[in-house]
Amino acid sequence: MSVHEQFAEDLSLYALGALQGEERTALERHLQDCAGCRRELELLGGDTALLALSTSGPRPPDRARQRLMEAVAREPRRAVIRRRKPWWALVPSFAAAAMAALAVFFWMQNSRLQRDLASLEKRSAQQRADLQRAREIVATLTATDAMTVTLVAAKTPPQPQGKVMYVKDRASLIFLASNMPMPPSQKAYELWLIPMKGAPMPAGTFKPDAHGSAMVINPPLPAGMEAKAFAITIEPETGSPTPTMPIVMMGTGA
Amino acid sequence: MPGADARQASNDLALVSAIRSGDESAMAELYDRYSGIVYSVALRVLGDTGVAEDVLQEVFMQLWRNPGLFDASRGNFAPWLAVIARNRAIDMLRKRRPESDIEDVVISVEPDLAGDAERALAMSKVRAVLGGMAASQRMALEMAYFEGLSHSEIAAKTGEALGTIKTRIRTGLLALRKAFEE
Repeated sequence: MSVHEQFAEDLSLYALGALQGEERTALERHLQDCAGCRRELELLGGDTALLALSTSGPRPPDRARQRLMEAVAREPRRAVIRRRKPWWALVPSFAAAAMAALAVFFWMQNSRLQRDLASLEKRSAQQRADLQRAREIVATLTATDAMTVTLVAAKTPPQPQGKVMYVKDRASLIFLASNMPMPPSQKAYELWLIPMKGAPMPAGTFKPDAHGSAMVINPPLPAGMEAKAFAITIEPETGSPTPTMPIVMMGTGA
Repeated sequence: MPGADARQASNDLALVSAIRSGDESAMAELYDRYSGIVYSVALRVLGDTGVAEDVLQEVFMQLWRNPGLFDASRGNFAPWLAVIARNRAIDMLRKRRPESDIEDVVISVEPDLAGDAERALAMSKVRAVLGGMAASQRMALEMAYFEGLSHSEIAAKTGEALGTIKTRIRTGLLALRKAFEE
């Protein structure tokens, strides 16, 4: 618990009884909520006690003792008056009562929350497993050190080859290519989705790496677009809105 | 002499308990122990032996009427009584009704002040700290504590800025505390 710096000086004045007006009201309001500042006020009270104790002077006259003892004898002990605590000392009591009420409330909620929690944990574990699997797939697909091998019939020279995996409802598309020759300078390949109806839609540009491999993952496509075929053309590096003939590669759905 | 201090502290407590059951001799013993402190604080504030005696009488009568006002868990008796005496003396000085109830006095004193020897040592330390302060700082502390002036009254009297008075009082009190932490 620490003292709030903005109240540090006012606390000292307050401990000496030297704080007045709005500043005093504001500090008393703050003390109601701040245990750290209440503690500091107690310490400052101790500091002022040191000041009080530092005084020295003559002892009181003997008559003062006599006067007191006579007054004591005249005034028999009354019943002990219940000590009224300072108003902020009640704050912990209210807080304790509130905590007890909350404890009952939470106890009642507990079993339902535990059931919910168990169900959430089960779902969360499933999602973590799915995510892990997806990460592994993507890591393999995107690994720069992955060995990429295209298998073709024996004694056949390797041919450019592309493979599209497309889920139309999620507009999710993965395209993998191999044995692709480099496009001419300042040109790139562009993949096209050819829908059942309408014009071909651009589905990403790519350039193969030194081994002729390339990849396009999830290009921006509208969901639910049914594809009749996919095609590849050679376009400017920034891509084109419509394909430029000729089509260099093409494939239709199975 | 911590052992002696502890005994004296527990004696104070036992005496306050005895007062609860109406033991006049316990009252006399507490008076003999602490009337000097109460009187010297009152005299320092009021500068008048007659009125200081009235404060002395009032403080001890309040204790007699309601010994439960002293909460032993909050520290030892002597500093508590000294603060009560100061507050009553200030009320008297400013001719105002008691501004705060005795039970609102909650203090926490780090040094052990229960024994006479410990207290004497602590007091010489406090005086040394006060003596080592700049006069303007000591004055600000004393005007607030022994004259019962508000910070704006001190500022008006000394011609200093309010913020300066606040800072002097704060650092002055902390210097006192620090002397007992070393």
